Amino acid sequence: MKALLVAEYRQGKVQESYAELMAFSGILGAESSMFIVADSTVALPRFQGTLYVAEVSRYDEYNPEAHKSLLLDAIAQEKPDMVVFCHSSYGWDLAPRIAVREKAAQISEVIAVEDGKFIVPACNGKLRRTLTGKGLLTVVTIQAGAFSLDNLPDGIPNVVPVVGDYEGMATLLGYEEAKLGGVDLTRAEVIISAGRGVGKPENIVMVEGLAKALKGEYGASRPVVDAEWVTHNRQVGTTGLTVSPKLYVACGISGAVQHLAGMKKSEFVVAINTDRDAPIGEVADVFAVADLKQLLPVLTDKIMAL
Amino acid sequence: MKLLVCIKQVPDMESKFRIDADGVWYDRGDLAWRMNEYDEYAVEQAVRQKEQAGGDVTVLCIGSDQVKETMKKALAMGCDRGVHIADSHSYMKDPYQIAAMIAEFARDKGFDIIFTGMQSQDRGSGQVGVMLAELLDMAAITTIVDYTYDNGSVVVQRELEGGVKAKVKAALPVLVTCQLGLNTPRYPTLPNIMKAKKKELLTIEAKMLQSTDSMQKTVKMALPEKRVGGLFLEGEPDSIADRLIAILKEKTSVLA
Ligand SMILES: Cc1cc2nc3c(=O)[nH]c(=O)nc-3n(C[C@H](O)[C@H](O)[C@H](O)COP(=O)(O)OP(=O)(O)OC[C@H]3O[C@@H](n4cnc5c(N)ncnc54)[C@H](O)[C@@H]3O)c2cc1C
Repeated sequence: MKALLVAEYRQGKVQESYAELMAFSGILGAESSMFIVADSTVALPRFQGTLYVAEVSRYDEYNPEAHKSLLLDAIAQEKPDMVVFCHSSYGWDLAPRIAVREKAAQISEVIAVEDGKFIVPACNGKLRRTLTGKGLLTVVTIQAGAFSLDNLPDGIPNVVPVVGDYEGMATLLGYEEAKLGGVDLTRAEVIISAGRGVGKPENIVMVEGLAKALKGEYGASRPVVDAEWVTHNRQVGTTGLTVSPKLYVACGISGAVQHLAGMKKSEFVVAINTDRDAPIGEVADVFAVADLKQLLPVLTDKIMAL
Repeated sequence: MKLLVCIKQVPDMESKFRIDADGVWYDRGDLAWRMNEYDEYAVEQAVRQKEQAGGDVTVLCIGSDQVKETMKKALAMGCDRGVHIADSHSYMKDPYQIAAMIAEFARDKGFDIIFTGMQSQDRGSGQVGVMLAELLDMAAITTIVDYTYDNGSVVVQRELEGGVKAKVKAALPVLVTCQLGLNTPRYPTLPNIMKAKKKELLTIEAKMLQSTDSMQKTVKMALPEKRVGGLFLEGEPDSIADRLIAILKEKTSVLA
């Protein structure tokens, strides 16, 4: 089996996630080739195999129409059985375009492979779905962090340039960095995070109160930040911070994969949730099945009294 | 300006899910249904676009009769008309089949801007919006968290990993897939809920649209394995608090 892996290049850098693509193709026992739109004079992914390279100076870092056409050219040359992307802002943007043009099945956010079939999450991580593609070519995106290699791959690829007269319909105007500053959650030893289950902004003080009692910081899941109850520099998850405190208490947080990605390396995880089936249970050492509005004040008082 | 917003009805994610008799999907009985969260942002943005530059907003939804409830919410939020593609088996269709149905409806309608959610909460594939644009040969920009329209173009912020955003511009016609936090969706007011009842809601039978073959097959749906070692604490808050403190003292150094 042949897998064409689509590596990413952003803000002048090859993204290390290409190693995850290699790990995935390794599990399948596939022969890997790779595609990237990058600056070949600066850096390219290191591995052994064929690397199709289009120049970013000509096609830009984000220009889905042009990247699609270039990748279709690489597919035509390589004739893979599978095209593999990261399930990322680059991958989920480009993969469906390729699936349509190649009339191929696309299987999104694969977390595991079982007997050659793909397992993906459903319903916010509460269910697992196993599926297969029917055609000759399958397009796959893999969940960030689901597949990993111990070491970055090495070797000098055999570079095959890809060029074509391709224009785009969308223009990248520039990047904006996340505004952080103020508190640094990544250094906190104790983090108590508020999720949508807090119900209303006034209840954030309960979470903050427990954080104070434990001499830690409070954090939040994304909806709480989106609603502006808590500032973005406290958001935990793929589009926020990655933290690894000694203690992480998730209050009213369901445990979506994007949140778990930011906190699953915590040493000890406590979940406080009314829903016993919430996926946060997958990473929780202790799961308190309780209404946070009742538990947090009692817990905080008792800790203060120690 | 002609605007289209595509929405999906999904179960409330706090529901208790069971596997159906065939073992390939969740049991659809006994669930509370609502508008896919990502689509609420899409509806809101479409209505704001209309408020800014005028136009007509069509909301489209595929599913059995029960999805009309969700469509009424979109109409009450300010969409002008509804198109219901009646298909009681749509939940078994793959993203390409869904996109192909919408494309067939939309192809000759000349929509200037199409809004979709970036993914559905139940399948989470994140494919339908981009596939629809691809089938209609129009630009698509995914995962937007900021949106402005000016003089025939949109300028949006795409959300990337680690909180970085990319500013992207595209001329109409364009499709955008909406990410959480793009805006604050409005609550339908009572007068608007009443008005929505009088709005046009056209039903098209799915079998009137050309069918496409599915390209993938679900062989199994299952509950995830729970991590071993996780301890559940249940009971009165007071007793949970005592047990939790004892565990923290024993297993961590934070109370030392
Ligand atoms: C591209 C992308 C990037 C994302 N990035 C992030 C990210 O960086 N960080 C992030 O957090 N999310 C992120 N998300 C969103 C993520 O998918 C989830 O939507 C989000 O994490 C859900 O937040 P939540 O758990 O607070 O809310 P919900 O999923 O709504 O969960 C609320 C929980 O509270 C519980 N609850 C309700 N009432 C109570 C009560 N009284 N007491 C106790 N429990 C209660 C419920 O049982 C439920 O489990 C991202 C999504 C996408 C698509």
